[in-house]
Order: sequence, then C-alpha cells, then structure tokens
Amino acid sequence: MRQALLDVRRLSVRIPVEAGTLHAVRDASLAIGRGETLCVVGESGCGKSLTSLAIMGLLPPGAVRSAELLSFDGEDLLRAPRSRMRALRGNRMAMIFQEPMTSLNPAWTIGEQLAEPFLHHGKGDRRQARDRAVELLERVGITAAASRLVQYPHELSGGLRQRVMIAMALMCGPELLLADEPTTALDVTIQAEILRLLARLQREMGLALLLVTHDLGVVAAVATRVAVMYAGEVVEEGPAEAVFGAPRHPYTQGLLRCIPIPGETPRGQPLGTIPGSVPSLVGGFESCAFRDRCPHARAACAEPVAERMDAAGHRWRCILEPSG
Amino acid sequence: MSVTAPSLPAVRRRPGRWLGNPGFVVAAVVLGAILLMAVLAPLVAPFDPYEQVLDRRMLPPGFVDAERASPAHLLGTDNLGRDYLSRLIYGARISLLIGFFTMLVSGVIGTVLGVAAGYFGGRVDAVVSFLVTTRLSLPVVMVALAVVAVVGGSLQVVVLVLGLLLWDRFAVVMRSATMQLRGLDYVLAARAIGSSTPRILLTELLPNLASSLVVVASYEMAQAILLEAALSFLGLGVQPPLPSWGLMVAEAREFMLFEPWMIVLPGIAICVLVLAINLLGDGIRDATAPEGRA
Repeated sequence: MRQALLDVRRLSVRIPVEAGTLHAVRDASLAIGRGETLCVVGESGCGKSLTSLAIMGLLPPGAVRSAELLSFDGEDLLRAPRSRMRALRGNRMAMIFQEPMTSLNPAWTIGEQLAEPFLHHGKGDRRQARDRAVELLERVGITAAASRLVQYPHELSGGLRQRVMIAMALMCGPELLLADEPTTALDVTIQAEILRLLARLQREMGLALLLVTHDLGVVAAVATRVAVMYAGEVVEEGPAEAVFGAPRHPYTQGLLRCIPIPGETPRGQPLGTIPGSVPSLVGGFESCAFRDRCPHARAACAEPVAERMDAAGHRWRCILEPSG
Repeated sequence: MSVTAPSLPAVRRRPGRWLGNPGFVVAAVVLGAILLMAVLAPLVAPFDPYEQVLDRRMLPPGFVDAERASPAHLLGTDNLGRDYLSRLIYGARISLLIGFFTMLVSGVIGTVLGVAAGYFGGRVDAVVSFLVTTRLSLPVVMVALAVVAVVGGSLQVVVLVLGLLLWDRFAVVMRSATMQLRGLDYVLAARAIGSSTPRILLTELLPNLASSLVVVASYEMAQAILLEAALSFLGLGVQPPLPSWGLMVAEAREFMLFEPWMIVLPGIAICVLVLAINLLGDGIRDATAPEGRA
C-alpha cells in the first residue's frame, strides 16, 4: 500500500448518552496521500464531522476516540501527548469549519487573527506574519488585502470570512487540510467559488485535503478518492472514478440517483430517493446498518458484514456481488 | 454579497452610540468630576479635613442660614469645626478607593471562578455552583458586621471583607456568558490552530466577556460603596477621623433635628456617586449590547 500522509484505521468515536452509548463513528478507515483530495460524503449525522474532529484530536469533551491506527506522516497521533498535538495543529495540519460567521473571534481584527497561528508556531516575527497574511489573503481572492487586516470580522460577509478562515489555515503552510463542510453556511454562488478556491489551493500548494461535504457534484470534480459514510461507517471507499463509475454499495448507488445529471436525467422525472431514515446509533449493532432501507436486503444482511476490496483499492461493506 | 463587501462602521468608530444616551453622558461627567476631585483633593479642598477649629463649630452653609454662615466655609463646618466641603472631598477618595478595590478583589475571584465553571463545566462547574450557593446563603451585611466586629474596622479590612463577599454576581454572569461562548466555532478554531487552554481563555474568551464584565463591575462598585457607607454608619467600617461619607452621616445623626443639612449633604454625595456609577454601567451595556453590534 502507498505511503499515506494520514492513515486512519478502524477509528471509532463513542459518545455516552443517557440511553447508553452513541456509536457515532464505527471502524472508519481512511487514508490520504500527499497532494490527494479525499472527499467524505454522507447525510447529516453520519459521523463525517466527528471523523475529522477525531483526527485533529478536537472531539467535544465526553466523546471517546479509539482506533487501531491514527498516523500522520508516520507519527502515531493516538499516543501523541497534548503538547505534541498542539504543535501539529494549525502548523502541519489545519482545519476549516462550517460556520464562517462564528469561526472568527469578534474581538480581534482579521490581521491579528491571521497572525496568531504564525506567531504561535514561531514561524517568524510580526512583520513577517503581516506579509504572509497579505500574501495569503490575496491568494484566497480577497481584494485590498492590506486594508482588510485592520477590519473586524463583523465588517466582512460570510464568503469573505470563509476566505479569511482558509487563509488562516494556510498561514503555517500545512501539509494536511481538513475542511468540514466549508460551504454549507454560505449561499450557493459563493459555495462554488469557495470550493473552486480550495481545489486550486490544494493543487498549487500540494496539500492533502480532506473535504467533508454532501455536494456530490463537487466531489466528482475535485476528489482523488471518495469515502461514503453511512450511520457512522465508511460503507464504500475508493478512487473517485471507481466509486462514481461502479458504485458497489446500494447506499452509494442510491445517493448517486438522488442528483440530477444535466443532459442525462430526463426533465420532469422525479429524482431518486432513499426510503426510510437513518437507524439510531445508540447501542451497538453488527449487521449492515443500511439493510432496513436497502432494496436488495436479504436474510444474510443481518449477519456482520465483512469489508471487501478489489485490486484497485476500492473497498465496500456489502455482501452483494458486484453485478447486483 | 461579493468579495468587495461594503465595510460597516465599527462600534468604536461611532461616538453617537455613547453620546446619544443622556444618562450615560450625565453620569460620565458627574463621575469624572468626582474622580478628579478625589485625585486632586489636596489642591481642591479649601481646608485640611482634619483641622479642628473649636470656635467655628457647626457653622451652617450659606444657603441654609446666611446669618450664621462663614463665607470661608462653603458647606459649613461639622461639630468639631472641620470644614465640611473638604471632608466631603476627601471622603470621595475613601468611597472610590473602597469601591474600586472591592470591585477588583471580587471581580478577580468571581471572574476566575465563573469562567472556569462555564468553560470546563462538569465537576468544576458543580464545585463553583456550590460555592456560589454557599456564598448566596450568607447575608452580606451580617457577615461583614460580624467579621469587622471581630477583626476591627479599617479601610483594608472593609475592602477585603466586601471583596470576599461580593464576587457571586461576577461568577454567575461570567459562567453563563462563558457557556454561551464556549460552543462557538472560534473557540474550536483556536484549538485547531494549536492554542492551549489558558491562551484560549485569555485571548479568545475574555475580550468577548468584557462588556458584561464592565456592567457587573459597575454595579458591584456601587454596591460596595453603599455597603461601606452602611458599615461606617454603624461604626464598624472606616474609623474616625477618616472622612468617610457613611461616617459623616453617622456623626451628623445626633444633630439631625437642629442641623439637618449635616446629614443631608453626605447622603446626597453617596446617592449621586452610586447613581452615576449605575447609570454609567447601564450606558456601557446599552452601547455594547450584542444586538446593537453590526
């Protein structure tokens, strides 16, 4: 197997709740090589965000992380002390959040906030931080970058704030960038701009990008690999062409039927839907989580489902034969 | 919205928010005047506040009784012949000192406890909440009286006792304000750039707590001034011959029927100072209220 920058094997996140334990992420395995884009897709509550937070070690208090392997550039993050994680975060691995409106501290100017990771990780002095901030603001497509440094977050629009957040994540020149639904809170025209920007920066800076999203159109355009999550599990993962061209898991097939393809999907015809809703994640279950909604469900689906993989590194969790 | 969004004027660039509030302006002017008077007391006061002139005792101010009044003593003299105006001016020092330092002591205690409880939650929160409830179960005046009666009254004792008793409101307000902020993404974002917890508390949370902190602080300062006056009035606060306003009220009590102005003047002073501080706090709250922010 290729040497991955980030290698996650059998990652689980458990959250104790009143009724028992919520298995928010179950045995998720992911890997991203340098310069690759891995898109994690799936519906709300399937554990996409928690997976990225777990990788950064930023889970909310109470949530328990466990994994067989969680390595970043060969370094074991499971055993890394807090100080080591702090030294990595914002420096070699950075993260962008969903809500640009609340991701910036209203009490400080853009310039002060951009400089913070740079100064914090000892990359240089204040003047260098300022120069770097201006350079990056220009790179993320903000006009009059130098004059933006003295503005406060409330003076910027949502799209601009998200650009600032991206610039801030890039201040220290990270190798891995985790973007947790970076466009969900923005309006549609800005969404496309931000995603194009991320894809461009990823190419230019050779970033390994983990992009959490539910916009399959974007995924098709930018992903090297795709991981489909359902009910806390990675149900299918593989090279983007393979997952889109020959989806193995019925859930992926269902998801792909939900999006219209211009020119192919006939006008006026209803789009595909997936009947039913996501099962409760409280309490463990061994069987296929999708079987209650799956059109191909059979008795064997109640048994534990082994992960299968083909020669191209395309993995899925379903007992159906590829033809089915 | 586009990349070149029009910039909205920032709060600090809009003096109208502050000057448009008449209560705030009046309070700021009054408080400024009292503060200036207190700081420059030796220059402003016409007489030494401790100097007793026994043949000029209890001279009323000119506006009370023009015949008996002495033009040298604008606000008359007290029962020991000390210039009343000078004593009031020096008294402002005591009130402001006690108010300020009590607020400082209780503010530090309450803010540390409240922010810790709000940020860490869980057991820390349980302990702090227990401390707050314990503190609330103690009647302030009773405890202050008891402690001062045992230890003996002095400026430092009063500050310390009140400081240790008045932190509850700080803790309660800071706790809930911190809880609201804790869940915001910029706290997570700060952790994502590698900030440590103390750093997050100091640089991310505290600046955003400042506006509610100022309001509570102003309220507690006024509260402390009132309590000092009460303690001094009861003879357990600041001790004579220091010119505390509360003490002046107490000393004037026995002459209340014949020379009512003696008790009215320090009373008005206390009232004006407390009112000004409270109005100032309200003004700051209104001007920095979140809904007023762009």
